[in-house]
Amino acid sequence: MHTLRLAALSAGLKAKKFSSAELTRGFLQRIAAHDKQLNAFVTVAEESALKQANAADARLAKGQAVALTGVPLAQKDIFCTQGVKTTCGSKMLANFIAPYSATVVQRCDDAGMVMLGKTNMDEFAMGSSNETSYFGPVRNPYDLNAVPGGSSGGSAAAVAARLAPIATGTDTGGSIRQPAALCNLTGLKPTYGRVSRYGMIAFASSLDQGGPMARSAEDVALLMNVIAGFDSNDSTSVDTPVPDYTADLTKSLAGLRIGIPKEFFGQGLDTKVEQVIRDALKQYERLGAKIKEISLPNSGLSVPTYYVVAPAECSSNLSRFDGVRYGYRCDQPVDLVDLYKRSRGEGFGAEVKRRIMIGTYALSSGYYDAYYLKAQKLRRLISDDFKNAYKEIDVIMGPTSPTVAFNLGEKTDDPVTMYLSDIYTIAVNLAGIPGMSIPVGFVGQRPVGLQLMGNYFDEARLLNIAHQYQQATDWHLRAPKGFE
Amino acid sequence: MSLSKADVEKIAHLARLAISEQDIELYSRNLSNILALVEQMNKVDTSAVLPMAHPLDTAQRLRDDVVTETNQRETFQAIAPQVDCGLYLVPQVLE
Repeated sequence: MHTLRLAALSAGLKAKKFSSAELTRGFLQRIAAHDKQLNAFVTVAEESALKQANAADARLAKGQAVALTGVPLAQKDIFCTQGVKTTCGSKMLANFIAPYSATVVQRCDDAGMVMLGKTNMDEFAMGSSNETSYFGPVRNPYDLNAVPGGSSGGSAAAVAARLAPIATGTDTGGSIRQPAALCNLTGLKPTYGRVSRYGMIAFASSLDQGGPMARSAEDVALLMNVIAGFDSNDSTSVDTPVPDYTADLTKSLAGLRIGIPKEFFGQGLDTKVEQVIRDALKQYERLGAKIKEISLPNSGLSVPTYYVVAPAECSSNLSRFDGVRYGYRCDQPVDLVDLYKRSRGEGFGAEVKRRIMIGTYALSSGYYDAYYLKAQKLRRLISDDFKNAYKEIDVIMGPTSPTVAFNLGEKTDDPVTMYLSDIYTIAVNLAGIPGMSIPVGFVGQRPVGLQLMGNYFDEARLLNIAHQYQQATDWHLRAPKGFE
Repeated sequence: MSLSKADVEKIAHLARLAISEQDIELYSRNLSNILALVEQMNKVDTSAVLPMAHPLDTAQRLRDDVVTETNQRETFQAIAPQVDCGLYLVPQVLE
């Protein structure tokens, strides 16, 4: 059952080939058997999962099921879940049980989906390798010496290893797309505002966006149908109609105009990765698409711009962790400042502290114009590059990551080297447009992802473009050895 | 921009982060490297560019000024490190 994708799981449940309880127990057993190797889960919610599964079975029996009723999923541990621990990968929240559920979680619950557990992640989603988690690194099921990517590394490893049929992730600078690429998955970062951020622990509020990570574009579309849409609890949620994301999957790509930004194929791109990407583009030509070279002249400044905007917003957001209202508190504080400083100093890991300090510095008196304001101006230039490009093309394609998955420990000494892993994904967050990564091949045993970047609210088109490729190829069906 | 030990101490204080003495040097090196990366921004003249605060360039949505929240003090305080009689406890602030 663990090899089935969402449509087949849903059909099997409705046809009574298996029950949600059987399905759930099957996945819980796989987690118990395999997750010691991977460390993909921070919390396995066995008890609540079986309860949800039984409720789903009752709903199925009464004929009140919707598309994904009874289908299990894993939630990234950044989404608050009432009654189940939400750690955000941090010592700060190691024992935190949220008093309410995130809208994304609530919508999955309302659809009758079964939450298997909460997946490991870089601490507060700050990282590209899942190595900053307080709960230890996650391993890539395709090669246990390699990182799964990050920050949604646990979700990526869990779905790739068939420990969950699908999972949620969040993406502030590439945290859905890059781990999807490194673990041979299909991941979608929706347009900013498309999926509610309510109850999704904030890192950089103008960039964060949640989305699905799955084994096919069709699966992503099915979960988008559950989680996307307006939420009055999120003041940045966008109130525009939500399409049926599965409706356009089968449309032909004849005449599709693909833009290839020359800046995404320069120095820094691994030549073997480039070859795999070029082969994928040829496949798109065979599907009837036309390819045109374009330029995103300011995209090279995405990483520096991001490392002002994201830390500035993070320093502000993470000021809420004060050791007073919830989360970690230090022992025996001598006074209030000592309580703040030691609770935060002991509760946050090194990468989180670095980013808080960079943000604090960039926002401090006398530096605002040189850093934050400058970055906001560059953000407009980067965003305008995309707007100009979409005047003559429909979708932009390029590599998701400059290399395949790197080895554990390979980039932990120098933060800047790690930051450059997201060189191709960050511009999408700065502009707020939707982006995807889809499996397009391997270098050795490590997967390569192709990035698709669409215009605002073009998720359905991106999913169509991804699905058509997946009808013609089988890269997305390859399973990691030992986890088939 | 290179940050000295004193700069790091000042920033850590502003951010209310306790940093151990032996880590300060590493932070000053790391943060200086990050700022060197960030300063690539200066390659572009942005004097005529409007800053972008929101990816969709929209304004904050407003709602009617009505009470929508119910009092959930007990629920929220159930997860607090230290409370007494409905109050959050911190070390003494006033002499």
